[in-house]
Amino acid sequence: MAFQMLLNFFLAFTWMFLKTTFTPASFLVGYFWGLVILFIFRSYFSERFYLHRVIAIIKLFFLFLKELVLSNLSVLKLVISPKLSIKPGIFALPVEVEKDWEIMLLANLITLTPGTLTVEVSGDNKTLYIHAVNIDDVKDSINGIKDTFEKAIMEVSR
Amino acid sequence: MSARELIELIGPLFIFIGTIFTFLSAIGLIRLPDVYTRSHAASKSTTLGVLCTLFGAFLFFVITEEFVSIRLLLGIFFVFLTAPIAAHMICRAAYRSNVELAEQSVQDDLKPFLKEEGMKDQV
Repeated sequence: MAFQMLLNFFLAFTWMFLKTTFTPASFLVGYFWGLVILFIFRSYFSERFYLHRVIAIIKLFFLFLKELVLSNLSVLKLVISPKLSIKPGIFALPVEVEKDWEIMLLANLITLTPGTLTVEVSGDNKTLYIHAVNIDDVKDSINGIKDTFEKAIMEVSR
Repeated sequence: MSARELIELIGPLFIFIGTIFTFLSAIGLIRLPDVYTRSHAASKSTTLGVLCTLFGAFLFFVITEEFVSIRLLLGIFFVFLTAPIAAHMICRAAYRSNVELAEQSVQDDLKPFLKEEGMKDQV
């Protein structure tokens, strides 16, 4: 991804030199045409066309925002409710992502998910230990949410 | 009220929402029973509260003074990234120093896992 971006910058600068107009606007135009050229020659790169990854990152960001708002509403409901009927507990969750930054991102996302909080990451990066506020109703739905997170993160790193 | 005054209200509205969330997280800190559930309230609500407040201030300066403050955006980014990690580290430290959970129902693998790790250290 970094290589393709660098190439795109280089193409944009080449465009600027060809036009001999050194303005941000001409840089943007050159960047756009460089993007088109990279798209045409995408089969020559070992990785995917990098715009896919950029879109995946943006999607992940919006997922982050959505989960943050949802989890706040759930905490709000918990705090305001007159009787505290919570059943906290810690459960283990096996994860498939391997790199350190992926685990960090996943743990962060889980912490910002409604009703869950990462307590411990096992030494071999294979299991996350998660504290849940309401362990009964959370456990199933959380697995689904975690699938979407893990899929979104893998979509970025693939 | 003119349209401009209405637009100027958007920033303060965000700040108001952020204040409400921060206040509720403070109530959560008092009401919830143990460290772990408390850090649920502290990490989530405070994050969103601070984010909303900063974003409201950002919008306010953009609309009234036409000044784009990159520092506020950077602040939002850093809080977004660091608050969950802080909660995670506090919980981890609490668990490792044997802070008990409240009326827990299922307390899965973490205790056996830590015991196993402790055994490894002894050998």
